[in-house]
Parts: sequence; structure tokens; C-alpha cells
Amino acid sequence: MSTNRLVNGVQVASHYRDEKHQYASNKEGIWLFMVTEILMFGGLFVGYILFHSLYPEMFAEGASFLDWKLGFVNTLVLIFSSLTMALGIYFNQVGQPSKATWALWTTVACGAIFMIIKYFEYTHKFHMGIFPGKFLDPVMMAEHGHTVQNANLGLYFGFYFCMSGLHGLHVLIGMGLISWIAIKNMKREFNPKYFTPIEGVGIFWHIVDLIWIFLFPLLYLVG
Amino acid sequence: MGHSSGKNYINEEPGLLSWFTSLDHKRIALLYFVSVMTFFLVGGIMALLLRLELFAPNTTANVGQVLKNGDIYNQVLTYHGAIMVFMVIIPGIPAILGNFFLPLQIGAKDVAFPRLNLASWYVFMLGACLAIGTFFSTKIDTGWTFYTPYSIRTGSAVVMMVVAAFIMGMSSILTGLNFIVTVHKLRAPGMSMFRMPLFTWAIYSTAILQVLATPILGITLLLLVMERTFGVGIFDPKLGGDPVLFQHFFWFYSHPAVYIMILPAMGVVSELITTYSKKTIFGYTAIAYSSIGIAAVSFFVWGHHMFVSGQSEIAGIIFSFLTMLVGVPTAIKMFNWLATLYKGSIEFTASMLYALGFLFLFAIGGVTGIMLAVTAIDVHFHDTYFVVAHFHYVMVGGTLMAIMGGFYHWFPKMFGKMYNETTAIISWVFIFVGFNVTFFPQFILGAKGMPRRYFDYIPEYEQLNKISTVGSWLIAVGFLFGLYTIIRGLTSGEKAPDNPWGSKTLEWQTSSPPIMHNFDHDPVVTAGPYEYK
Amino acid sequence: MAHHDSDHHVTPLNVYLKVAGGLFALTFLTIIAHVFKAHYLGLAPYIAFLIAGAKAYLVMAWFMHLKYDTAGNRIIFATGFVGLALLFAICAIDIYTRVYQGSIL
Repeated sequence: MSTNRLVNGVQVASHYRDEKHQYASNKEGIWLFMVTEILMFGGLFVGYILFHSLYPEMFAEGASFLDWKLGFVNTLVLIFSSLTMALGIYFNQVGQPSKATWALWTTVACGAIFMIIKYFEYTHKFHMGIFPGKFLDPVMMAEHGHTVQNANLGLYFGFYFCMSGLHGLHVLIGMGLISWIAIKNMKREFNPKYFTPIEGVGIFWHIVDLIWIFLFPLLYLVG
Repeated sequence: MGHSSGKNYINEEPGLLSWFTSLDHKRIALLYFVSVMTFFLVGGIMALLLRLELFAPNTTANVGQVLKNGDIYNQVLTYHGAIMVFMVIIPGIPAILGNFFLPLQIGAKDVAFPRLNLASWYVFMLGACLAIGTFFSTKIDTGWTFYTPYSIRTGSAVVMMVVAAFIMGMSSILTGLNFIVTVHKLRAPGMSMFRMPLFTWAIYSTAILQVLATPILGITLLLLVMERTFGVGIFDPKLGGDPVLFQHFFWFYSHPAVYIMILPAMGVVSELITTYSKKTIFGYTAIAYSSIGIAAVSFFVWGHHMFVSGQSEIAGIIFSFLTMLVGVPTAIKMFNWLATLYKGSIEFTASMLYALGFLFLFAIGGVTGIMLAVTAIDVHFHDTYFVVAHFHYVMVGGTLMAIMGGFYHWFPKMFGKMYNETTAIISWVFIFVGFNVTFFPQFILGAKGMPRRYFDYIPEYEQLNKISTVGSWLIAVGFLFGLYTIIRGLTSGEKAPDNPWGSKTLEWQTSSPPIMHNFDHDPVVTAGPYEYK
Repeated sequence: MAHHDSDHHVTPLNVYLKVAGGLFALTFLTIIAHVFKAHYLGLAPYIAFLIAGAKAYLVMAWFMHLKYDTAGNRIIFATGFVGLALLFAICAIDIYTRVYQGSIL
């Protein structure tokens, strides 16, 4: 089926009328996929909100173990990376691909910074004896000067590690995808008429940002 | 309109290997066909084993026992359910017939994303291999629903099985996504939404469900894996978690999944009834809208699986009312099909017999479904054979009947050969009669209180169980006849004309089998799909 | 829609910068609200989520280009949130009415 043909300077697969037809179809496919991402993450949010309302004190206690300053810095990092991602598309649209490459690699770097901060957050928690669910270790926490108030505190950290872990996994996947796009861009595979893959990866990255926008107040602030 | 050069999608690329790299939707459909039918055989053998075990009560040790003990029975039961649900009926019609005929029916050259389509098959096979792999590990005995807390405590293979189901879910999402974009963007000139064949409408509605419901299954299964490996506590009452929440999340997907299974079947039946009555379908618009209606309502009814699970009574009452709503769009379809038959020139081909069988069996399955929606009745019937009989009437009597009917209907188009009508009809008689003999007694057994999922029963239930088991043999014989019909048709069937049934939809306006890009000339549509007379 | 569904709309650079500026400002606002939350205790979560909602709007409308995308794609994306609302609503109905009933039994 590799019967692509060139229409207006864009490779178009044979079952599409022209490059616009192909673009509109790809775009719709991308959005449909993003809906599934939203729904999958959303399931976790629904669970979080339900249990939060059942055990408000326990969730407040859990949130008190998180350092909102780190979450705040990570929020800024992700917003900045969202901007550079958008610029990655913009510079391709206006025909400045080398600037776009810079923007894309900056985005990857921001993702890395985010993950490094996450790594320190996680190891700090493990060090204090904070593990998800039934593995939460009150004895170890007491040794670090924290007396656990609520017996089911582990549930909060079950949510914390699941939500931030799944989000972190998406950051890693996003970094991989953006690197792939950046390399393609360095090979000059995109032009002002054709940049669908960057757009798709971009929308994915913004979803990662979008989820963090809600995760930050949910996990760190609301207590 | 025969293609002059004799080239078609089957012989255009030579070699077995070309099938595994082909991006052609017709070839991918056949890949699914072979794999799904293989799984169907495995799941079917499991079913026969279950029935054989229940042929007689285990009066004394080792008498009347086919499966060594209850644990093994539970495992066979689980694999039967999981294989049939995740690997046979969910992918069944959409991935085989949908893949093959959706692009043809709307006059497209292929689906919107051919590469993704092939990837879906590989993802599906990866999931299927993992699922079967659990068989060589500790085996699973949770039932196909993986209910917590049992699924957290039982053998370790659950993680692998759950990951397998997650992966197959991804495949289902990708297929659905592909079909939605195909329907939206690739319709031939003149093919407006309301000129699409009803099979396409049904596959389209199904695709919407696949995309919107499956992600919740994904996160539920992921959380189950997390629960098992990291003990996160979300479904664990010891930490204040809620096992019933698992059921909510699970059925948020799995109830729409029931419609993922039945909607395409309804689409097939619409095609069959109008074709073999040689009559314009009655109430085209109503049937098209009712597909979307069923898809929409299906999201509001999941709690009827949970009437006795500890869900609140108020939620139960709400779900009970909402569930009965599904009866409305379903009945719209039923009455429109009946009205189509009225004064039609009915031809009793094997396909038509399957469609009529569907109407009969699905009516029973549907009406008993409304019964079960009533909480007062459900509390009595819950987890009895009544429920088993009900959903087999819908899933097997509905979906499987439609798969078979659709398969015979489109056989000439898919392979360019005719099958033997006589053996096909014999097969139908065995399956139809056998099905009723197997499952009707189970309604009575359930009403008398025989619980499901047990590997033994009290002697009072023996007679009806014996009848039921004999019925399962009749079904097996029927499928053997079906297999024979298919193999004979493939090896020595006569060459099929382009349009043996005189259908009006687009897939019959191209050669049998179709060429690689489906149509010699891009079709232009000027009329609706069923303008017979 | 003035824009045909695939005439690529190019958002000017300064709009991107303004949007990012807005996002940064709102993040600081979140923190300010958090630090002074003792003054309006009960409202704190709502304020935090109101701000998060505003940020989400900025990201979706400009960074994800939904503002200039087709109506179809906007509807598709919206269905995800509708589905979640449904899942939440019905689970909440169950869980809240369940707790209440437990106390009278």
C-alpha cells in the first residue's frame, strides 16, 4: 500500500484526496486518542476525589508530607516546556526549522528537569518510610519524627504514587516522542505545509501539562 | 464488473509473509478471522468441558467428575469467559466483518490509518498470547471480571492476565479510533451519513463505545496491577479502599462492552433482513439513530450488574430505571426488522435463517434482560443460571448468530467462491436447536435456584442439566458442519458472481473478491443503500 | 468557522508569550492563595481549582490550538470530560447514599 503521491509538496497516501484531507483525518485521529488519555487519567481523578471526600483529614495529613515548593517549581518547568513545544510548531510553520529544533530539545530538557525533581521527591519519601498503601511504614516514619495520625494514610500515598507515577511515565514517553520529532526535524522532514507529527506529539505533551495543572493543587495544596 | 486482469486482494501479493505485513484492510480482516476463530475453538472446547462436568452431579468421589476438582472447574470457567469475551466476541464482528466491509460499504479505498490497523492486530495478538501464557503459569480462577478482593489474593498469574486484557483493550481502542475517522472522513462522494448502510452505522456506534469506554477499563486494570504489586489500597477495605469501586469502574467499561458485542450484530442483521426480503428496510433513520441511542444509554446502566454487591439501594433504583430504557431503542430495531419482513419476498438462505434465529433468540435474551433489570427479581435471580441463560441468549444467540449469518452472507465477496447452501442450513438447524436445548433449561434451573459458577449441584437439578449438556453437543455438531461448509466452499466452491444476492450496498458493486483498492473506479453515490422497490 | 479545516492557522509569537505569561502568573496566584488560605479556609480548594481551570483553558485554547480547530475536534475532546463527569456522578451517588443507609440499618 505504499502508493503515496506528492500533492502540493506533501506525501499523501492513496486513500486520501489531497493533503488537506489527510491532515484533517490525522488530526481527528490524534484528538480521539487524546480523549482516551483524558479518560484513563480521569478514572484516577474520580477515585481521588471520592476518597478525598470520604477521608478529608487523612488526605490533609498526607498532603502535609509533600513539599509544595518542589511541586511549584515543577509546574513552572512544565508550563515553560509547553511554551517551547508550541514554539516548536510555530517555528516550523514560519519556516525556521533550526529554531524549532532548539525549541524541541529545550522541551525535552524541561521534561528531564521535571523527572529529576520527581526523583528527589520520591527518594526522599522512601527514605522517610513513605511507601504506597500497605507498605507505608509508620515505624520508620516515627524514627524520622512523624507520628502517623490516620491509620489508612497509606491510601493517600497509594493515590500519590499512582497518579504522579502514571504522569511521570507519560513525561518519559513524551520526552521520547519529542526526541524522535526533534531528530526528524533536524533531518528537515517538516515544512510549513507538513508538520502533523509535531502537532500530534505537541498535543500529547500539552495533555501531560494539563494533567499536571490539576495534579499540583490536588496532591500538594488541597489538604 | 469483473476485474479483467484477474487480480484481487488475495493474489495480488504472493507469499504467506506478505499477509503479515499487508496494510490492506481486507487482508487484516482475514488475519483477525483466522486468529479469532482459533480462539473461538479453544473457548468452545472449554464450554464443552464445563457442560460435560455438569452432565451429572458428583454423587461420590470421582463419579460424574470430568474435571478433577472445583479449582480446575473455576479455571476452565475463567478461561472460557475471558477468551470468549476479550478474544472472540469483542473483536469478532468489528475487527473481521467491520474491517473488511466498512471501507467497502462507504466506497473508501481503505481505512483512515492502514498502518495503525495492522498494528492493532499485532497488539491484539500480543495481548492474546499473554492471556494464553497465563495458562502455563499459575492459571487464573477469578472469572473474566477479575473482581476484587479475590483477584488481589489469588494466584500470581492474575497480573499477567490483567496486563493482557489491558493490551487487548488498547487494540480495541485503536480499531475504534480508526473506524470513527474512516466514517467521518473517507466516505465516497454522495455518501452522506444517512446513505450509509446500517451495518456501517452499527460499527460506527460501536467504535464510539470502544474509544470512550475502554480507557476506563485500562485504568481499572492498571490499578488492579498496582494493587497487587504495590498494595496501593484503593480497592482494599483494610485501608479504607472500596472493592465495590472496582466494580463501578469495571462495569463502566464492561457494560458498554456488552453493546460493543451486540451492536455490530444488529448491524449485520439489518443487512441480512433487507437483502433476503428484497425490500427497502423499514425505518432506516430510526434504526440508524437507535444504534447511537443504544450506545449513549449503555453508559448509564452499568450498575445493574451490582444490585447485590453492596451498592446503595438508591443507586440500584436509578440503575434499574435507566436499564429499562435500553429496551426502547432495542425494540425500535426489532419492530423495524419485523416490519421489513412484512410482505417481503423472503428467501430462506442460511444467512436469512441466522438473522431470523437472531430475532427469536435475541427477543428472549432481551426480554429476560428487562426482567433482570427489576431489582426485586434480580435479587432472586442474581448469580443463578437464569443470568447465565440470559446473557448466552444475548451473546451467543445474538452476536454469534449474527457473525455466522454475516459470514455466509459475505463469504462470496470475501473469497470469491460460493458455499454449499444445504450443509450451511444443516449447520444452522443444529446450532439453533442445540442452542435452545442447551440454554432454555438453564432459565428453569436458575429460577429453581441453581447457582452459577459451581462445579456440582444437588440431584434435583440433574435432569435439566443433562438436557443442557446434550444441547451443547448439538451445537458442537452444528459448528462442525459449519466448518465443513467453509472448508468445502474455500477448496471447491463455485466461482461467485459479483452480486449473488442482488444487494444494493456498495460492497456488492465491485468484483468478488475485490481488488486491492476495492473499486475499479471511485464510486459516486446517488441513492440510499436499500432501494429495492 | 472562518478557517477551513486544514488551512493552518499560525498563532503569532507574541500571543504564545502572552499565554505563557498568563500561565506563570496564574501559577503564582495559586501559591499566593495557598499561603493565605487560613483567611478563607472553606473556599481554598475551590479557588485552587478555579485557577487550575483557567490555566487549563489557556493551554487547551492556545497551546493545543483548540480555539482554531474544527468544531468536530472540540466536540470529540469534550466527550472525554463528559464521560468522566458521568463516572464521577454515579459513583458519588452510590457512595454517599450508601454511607447514609448503612447508618440506619
